[in-house]
Amino acid sequence: MQSHSYKQRRLVIDNTQLEQIANLAKLNIADDALDATTKDLNNILALAEKLSEINTDNIKPMAHPLHMTQRLREDKVGEQNQVQIFQSIAPKIRDQYYLVPTVISNPSDSG
Amino acid sequence: MKWETIIGLEIHAQLNTKSKIFSAAGTEFGQAQNSQACAVDLALPGVLPVLNEATVEKAIKFGLVIDAHINQRNVFDRKNYFYPDLPKGYQISQLDFPIIGRGKIEITVANTSKTIGITRAHLEEDAGKSIHDLYDDDTAIDLNRAGTPLLEIVSDPDMRSAKEAIAYAKKIHTLVQYLDISDGNMQQGSFRCDANISIRPIGQEKFGVRTELKNINSFKFLERAINLEIQRQQDILEDGGAVVQETRLFDALKNETRSMRSKEEANDYRYFPDPDLLPVEISAELIAKIKQNLPELPQQKKARFIAELGLSDYDANILTSQKGLADYFETMLKSNPDNAKLCANWVMGELSAALNKYQIEIQNTPISAQNLSLLVCRISDGTISGKIGKDIFQAMWAGEGSADEIIATKGLKQMSDSGQIEAIIDKIIAEHTQQVAQFKSGNEKILGFFVGQAMKATAGKANPKLLNELLRAKLS
Repeated sequence: MQSHSYKQRRLVIDNTQLEQIANLAKLNIADDALDATTKDLNNILALAEKLSEINTDNIKPMAHPLHMTQRLREDKVGEQNQVQIFQSIAPKIRDQYYLVPTVISNPSDSG
Repeated sequence: MKWETIIGLEIHAQLNTKSKIFSAAGTEFGQAQNSQACAVDLALPGVLPVLNEATVEKAIKFGLVIDAHINQRNVFDRKNYFYPDLPKGYQISQLDFPIIGRGKIEITVANTSKTIGITRAHLEEDAGKSIHDLYDDDTAIDLNRAGTPLLEIVSDPDMRSAKEAIAYAKKIHTLVQYLDISDGNMQQGSFRCDANISIRPIGQEKFGVRTELKNINSFKFLERAINLEIQRQQDILEDGGAVVQETRLFDALKNETRSMRSKEEANDYRYFPDPDLLPVEISAELIAKIKQNLPELPQQKKARFIAELGLSDYDANILTSQKGLADYFETMLKSNPDNAKLCANWVMGELSAALNKYQIEIQNTPISAQNLSLLVCRISDGTISGKIGKDIFQAMWAGEGSADEIIATKGLKQMSDSGQIEAIIDKIIAEHTQQVAQFKSGNEKILGFFVGQAMKATAGKANPKLLNELLRAKLS
């Protein structure tokens, strides 16, 4: 990550951007709630803007909030096949497949 | 107008680990649906991913042979999108701090070498599989593949033709197999290529608008798809149109690429560091240890085949171009150490031709290396001629037994009894006085006629060397 300067202009979103974000998050926001939600979100952004008051020159961006490193697992199969238990809580199954409505025709990117 | 093609490839190589990248579920291909998808793979509440150390080691192996910078501190990120075969709603991947940084490899096209830059290689998990055509009203989801480790290898936009792209993809394919980090099985989806393609007028510096061809699972299709896409872009631009940046799908049946975009807006994956996973630290000791234990690579093997076995550059190149081929050849040499050249000829000749004809991978060959080695022994020890050897090869391919069994049951043992051969020669000479006269008047070529007659009379079993000697003696 390049060293960003956070002293940019204040980020303010409008209703169109809110709709885009909601779409990506698969959230439905009613038309009459748009204005209020945008206002709320802008208030949250304004709060986060406080961070830009801190001088971050010469400070390396943090990639992770915890100062520890990942422990690794040995490459061994340690799981039993528990498909029956898992599928007992699935809304819809058939022939040991999980089923979803065929609402999506184009697979999204898996790369 | 003259156009220049710009190609960059993204290759997903499935790492051949026993367990998944973040869970201890198995990764074996072809198991009953959802039998290898555990609570972590299903994203049940409260689960925590734990990184598989073998994936880290395999990625480092790759980084070392492409001369890359290994990022000793690397970080996993969440790539967010919604799709039913991705239960978490995000894929764990690496964005800003990938495990493998900038590297390079050399490819050769039409005897010209070229260096292709590799931007990065990062670890990530695969998604599950959606089957849309199994049932009428529902899509079936199999999550066995969810969480399978992938190494995504991203090249620089350094390739200028489909041929270069194929050479690069094949080189990476060979490398991952030699390194034993992926089985490279393209039919099973263990090695998938996405190609970014754009064209620009020759001389122009700025890249044109690119399109992305996704999930192509054979080199043949990759070449066809790229060439189709180049032609499509050229037609658009020459008609005064503009190429749209989009993802396109190659349809092998219709021989076309078509848009697979469903929405006008671009995907925004909203990457952020995965709080479930801590940064990975790789010690210099681990890198050094892996470096010491790297297996013999194609170039080194080729050099050894030339220096120690006396093979030609051409033969050594072909034999080391696929790990399976090299392994097969080396297994033959174990029981046939003095016949390297003859073994090489049979692997590159009859065996490769048959594999190619029936579209069989060398791993699934019906003739084992041991059996082909025995056949080569029988030729070199004079039991059979090379010509009969080819018939025996066909019988072995058809599953009629080992070389020795077929020689015995079909009575194919070479005739090396000079008395027997002489009797046959005498008969032929008596029947063809005209040709004998021709030979005696200096027509050397007519000797082939006599050889042919003798082979016909012995059903090809006469020892060719002995037959030639005896014929010359009798005729002169």
